[in-house]
Amino acid sequence: MPLDSHYTAQTFKSVGTRPLRPDGLDKVTGRARYGADFNAPGQLVGGILRSPHAHARIVKIDTSRAEKLAGVKAVVTAADLPDLTNGDQGMFDILDNCLARTKVFYDGHAVAAVAAVDARTAREALKLIKVEYEILPHVTDVDEAVKAKAPLLHKTCFTEGVEPKPAKPSNIAKRTQFGHGDVDAGFKEADIIVERNFKTEQTHQGYIEPHACVASVSPDGTGELWVCTQGHFVYRNHCAMLLGMDVSKLRVTSSEIGGGFGGKTHVWGEPVALALSRKANRPVKLVMTRDEVFRASGPTAATSIDVRIGVKKDGTITAADATLRFSGGPYYGMWAELGAMTAFACYDLKNVRTIGYEVLVNRPKVAAYRAPSAPMAAFAVESVIDELAQKLGMDPVDFRIKNAAKQGTKSSYGPVYGPIGIGPALEAAKIHPHMSAPLGPNQGRGMACGFWFNFGGQTCTDINVGIDGSVTLTVGTVDVGGSRASLGLCVAEELGIPYDQVKCVVADTSTLGHNDMTDGSRGTFSSSMAGIFAARNAIGIIKERAAKMWEISASDVSWEDGHAKAVGEKYGNLAPLSLKEIAAAAGNTGGPIAGHAEIVADGAGVSFAAHICDVEVDPETGRSKIVRYTVIQDAGKAVHPTYVEGQYQGGAAQGIGWALNEEYVYGKDGRLQNAGFLDYRIPVCSDLPMIDTQILEIPNPNHPYGVRGVGETSIVPPLATIANAMSNAFGVRMTHVPMSPPRVLKALEAAAKA
Amino acid sequence: MAEIHLWGALRPAAGGAPLVHVEAKTIRELFRKLEEAYPGMAPHIARGIAVSINGKIYRDSWQQELPEGAEIYLLPRIQGG
Repeated sequence: MPLDSHYTAQTFKSVGTRPLRPDGLDKVTGRARYGADFNAPGQLVGGILRSPHAHARIVKIDTSRAEKLAGVKAVVTAADLPDLTNGDQGMFDILDNCLARTKVFYDGHAVAAVAAVDARTAREALKLIKVEYEILPHVTDVDEAVKAKAPLLHKTCFTEGVEPKPAKPSNIAKRTQFGHGDVDAGFKEADIIVERNFKTEQTHQGYIEPHACVASVSPDGTGELWVCTQGHFVYRNHCAMLLGMDVSKLRVTSSEIGGGFGGKTHVWGEPVALALSRKANRPVKLVMTRDEVFRASGPTAATSIDVRIGVKKDGTITAADATLRFSGGPYYGMWAELGAMTAFACYDLKNVRTIGYEVLVNRPKVAAYRAPSAPMAAFAVESVIDELAQKLGMDPVDFRIKNAAKQGTKSSYGPVYGPIGIGPALEAAKIHPHMSAPLGPNQGRGMACGFWFNFGGQTCTDINVGIDGSVTLTVGTVDVGGSRASLGLCVAEELGIPYDQVKCVVADTSTLGHNDMTDGSRGTFSSSMAGIFAARNAIGIIKERAAKMWEISASDVSWEDGHAKAVGEKYGNLAPLSLKEIAAAAGNTGGPIAGHAEIVADGAGVSFAAHICDVEVDPETGRSKIVRYTVIQDAGKAVHPTYVEGQYQGGAAQGIGWALNEEYVYGKDGRLQNAGFLDYRIPVCSDLPMIDTQILEIPNPNHPYGVRGVGETSIVPPLATIANAMSNAFGVRMTHVPMSPPRVLKALEAAAKA
Repeated sequence: MAEIHLWGALRPAAGGAPLVHVEAKTIRELFRKLEEAYPGMAPHIARGIAVSINGKIYRDSWQQELPEGAEIYLLPRIQGG
């Protein structure tokens, strides 16, 4: 029972309610402390010198003049971060991204850093560092990079996943493949085949809070890092490895986080800040500017995707095929692989094949972005699905329902599905009032569905009962989307006490065992499971304490509704003991009362969504406006429905920005042209309607309360949903995201000529 | 004898086979024997492989048992956002 994760269909008292968010007051009053809000006595200001070139060999770095500038306390280059990665290619890539070693691979690649007494001195010092470059030819476009004569980023890159091993290096780091059945035979059965190429441009996660940290390394080899991150334990591990420190001697404290969405899942400048601090023997604060965030931290991949799907006249899909090329920046990634896994995951397909190519380009190192790679793959697939429905004369929802995956379906990436929510999501879309609401002039309606895996991982949680019976829940997963509320609700539920009796805090790395970071929609799924187990652990102790108070056997004590009860008629006169009463006597019954759990949470349960959108297009300017938007998604169990709705709305809002405006624009010189929010247009409140949500609850059988992750799936369908709405608005299939006014206008003009 | 399905990028390491047979009772034993039989899989295992057992995906748990006749897929250990 204590570690039994099976769903039991219990009724809930706390879970499913909507208490006020525990972090709300501090955040709206400015009391909350974000990464740049930390300060340490005697701290210096850090700054990073970045490459102005897209691709160049570093011939020489002369830091002598910067070092002599008054007020400069340390200057570091790659020489100050020797390679300690011991053959771990992923960590070496992170190291090389933190400070370039032999070549710079993109505009913005870090080459040196300084720590000075103030920002002005630091900026002046950066100007005094002289870097001699040998400029090399570059490539920033994913389709150009795979060509035989494209400039080569790494001479050592021989495509992995190909047998025999290629004789020549290329910019294709890896080939991967998924699927089953006989695709060629399936296409022969088809009455209609649609085949198209789709492109999506590179976008940034767009978190409002830039990367920020304060690093402090003592001469005794210990260190502290205060940082904005999605995973302070992972940051600790990365930094300790890269700096040659013992993990236990580096204490990392996570700040509140002003957005991460995958972009704060591995280190960027933190090892540099630590290296500066180690050299200067002073704390160093390092805060990226917005320009640096865009140029040098975690955008998602740009893509080029070929999709081919065949159907019979009755609407049965006979074959589905996709080739996906994803740019990963200059380093090996798994972005096309994720696209290949997710592309057809919504469907029950007899014959399916996806092939992914990881492509290296002279752009920043790609990081995960909310359901990484799934939105681009869904854009391509769901656009073709919609076009097929039109050619068949079928309702697009009915067509999807006919081919939807269900329990027992062999997924396109391999395993067989358990209970899943794609069917219910589509059925809910079909009868949703949005689908039958009237449309105005120049408006079109579209819908699409989407999939994301979700996962769990290593999780460690403590529960401590105070002397007044209030409970502190200590977790190691950073609260990026409201998990402190949802975890408090789950522990209150398990203990049978009111939610306001539980306070959830995110601990630093010295307080708990390792926790994986908050990604993969795992925060609430994993830490609630650990929290429930810790509560069960604590309940066992609480019962023992009650037994001691009553002087009876612990086996005669039960725990119900937050009270210990003596079981059996002989104890009929014993009034139940509250947690408050038991806690007050804890000093006399054995000391503090605590519960603990350390687990690997598995069985996160896959997630599906269906979105509906009305878009209005101005035929004169090409500007489009989202008129109405609806998200329908399976949550397993919505622990705090308001936060769940917020996740649905947030993902949709980011997807809308991606679909309509956001893109990295590179010049012919390989330099980023729009590294700021003025020129990189994310949606603001006035751009968006109220995003309606509908929560479905198909319980996850692998969680005690049926919880699934909810944070990522909602960004998967918007690109396709809006593209389908655009297509229905003016009869032109949009195949290039973002569908910005110039592209829409061009498509309208082409349609008019046709 | 467990029947192990391999995703595309792993297949070259197993001579192109889409599935392999391994005498293993746990994920730990499976990885160890895969490395012994197919040394080319070692870097993939080091990088991280998830194991789907009857549709439930295990990313880390070496001790997980492989039931007789179970559907077992090796998958990339995915990243999230």
